[in-house]
Amino acid sequence: MIQWGHELALGAAMTAGLALTTLPFGLALGFSAALAKDSKTAWLRGLGETYTTVFRGLPELLTLLLIYYGSQILSQNLADASGLPITVNVSPFTAGVIALSLVFGAYASEVLLAALRAVERGQIEAARSFGMSPALVFRRVVAPQMLRIALPGLGNNWLSLLKDTSLVSVIALNDLLRTTQVAVERTRRPFEFYAIACAIYLVMTALSTLAIARAEKAARRGWRQPV
Amino acid sequence: MIHWQLFERFGPRMADGFVVTLELALGSVALALLLSVPASLGRVFASKPVSAALFAYTYIFRGTPLLAQLFLIYYGSAQFQAALAAAGLWWLFRDPFFCSLLTFTLNTAAYQTEIFAGAIRAVPLGQIEAARAAAMPPMLAARRIIFPQAAAIALRPFGNELILMVKASALASVVTVYDLLATAKMAFQRTYDFQAYIAAAIVYVLTVEIIRRLWNALDKMLIRHKIAC
Repeated sequence: MIQWGHELALGAAMTAGLALTTLPFGLALGFSAALAKDSKTAWLRGLGETYTTVFRGLPELLTLLLIYYGSQILSQNLADASGLPITVNVSPFTAGVIALSLVFGAYASEVLLAALRAVERGQIEAARSFGMSPALVFRRVVAPQMLRIALPGLGNNWLSLLKDTSLVSVIALNDLLRTTQVAVERTRRPFEFYAIACAIYLVMTALSTLAIARAEKAARRGWRQPV
Repeated sequence: MIHWQLFERFGPRMADGFVVTLELALGSVALALLLSVPASLGRVFASKPVSAALFAYTYIFRGTPLLAQLFLIYYGSAQFQAALAAAGLWWLFRDPFFCSLLTFTLNTAAYQTEIFAGAIRAVPLGQIEAARAAAMPPMLAARRIIFPQAAAIALRPFGNELILMVKASALASVVTVYDLLATAKMAFQRTYDFQAYIAAAIVYVLTVEIIRRLWNALDKMLIRHKIAC
């Protein structure tokens, strides 16, 4: 079992790498969707709402399969239509990042929208009346407060993302769960290996929880509970 | 636009798959109630060691991926085949549907336990003290004062849990349960027609949306006695 330690470590690194790669894309998508849902333009709001409804309603596994096979078919059709004699392959990693970003963004947009609306209007107006540009108001006044309000929710979104990465094992990306499957096929010791995989996931989520708690504390600095 | 031949051929099987999806989702959420209600009481009212043991259970099931849990129970049980057969339980653990239902039940029970425990703790202390001051026995106070209020608080997150299980049930397709996703996958693999996946996607999204709206209506009905602030 010890000789599998190296393989499992590589798998765990792939899992963490996939989640960390997804995070910035998911946050950007979630923030854009939150702005769309908060917009004064009706069709933008509709677009934001539809995106959230669809990707919060789809099973994450189906989202992954839709992206994996769908992007393959779509890009192959595009290549054929433009007359390029190539076969297109979308890597499982890319498909995983796209699918997980879409899911993360859908959930994060709700958290970010609530945070955006929770920032007091008076503060924004005060900053504007000081002559701060809208971009500066966002950076100095809105964003730090949004972060404080949104962090607990985003922390939960991150934990879901970390666990959802296990789905890419279905499209044969060598993450922690897939590596464990390979180990089980060789050693015929499913119980021990899946238990070890669960333990490694548990360590990752526990470390994440600690990091999130620290980040929340940092985001709360200078904030006093209203009496 | 719609490939009718595809759905003439696979539609009935996908409908059967949808029934399996609903059985898994509703079945696991309902069965989990048998575990989560007593476990949440234990989390709040039992002695420290019991509460800590229950927290360990919910922490493990909430901190690991459901798919890994499913593999642990479905494939892991094969390692104990002899013992399970001796106990007369092997026919159950050999069945992917049973293993999926068991895993989903244990998983959602962990989340439900924390939801209910949180809801019980959220009942204002003054309410419990008032009940005690009115000389209500603890069981009566629990039934008349704590539970109705906790239930109202827990309703919304409990509905979310139901929605999450409709989606999570799709994981059963990985261990050869013929649910909606598995039947769509079969149709896709035999025809390479992408509409099979699209159709499944529409059914999932509609199901989730219907549950969400039903739950909103239920929530409104239950809190109508509250005066709007």
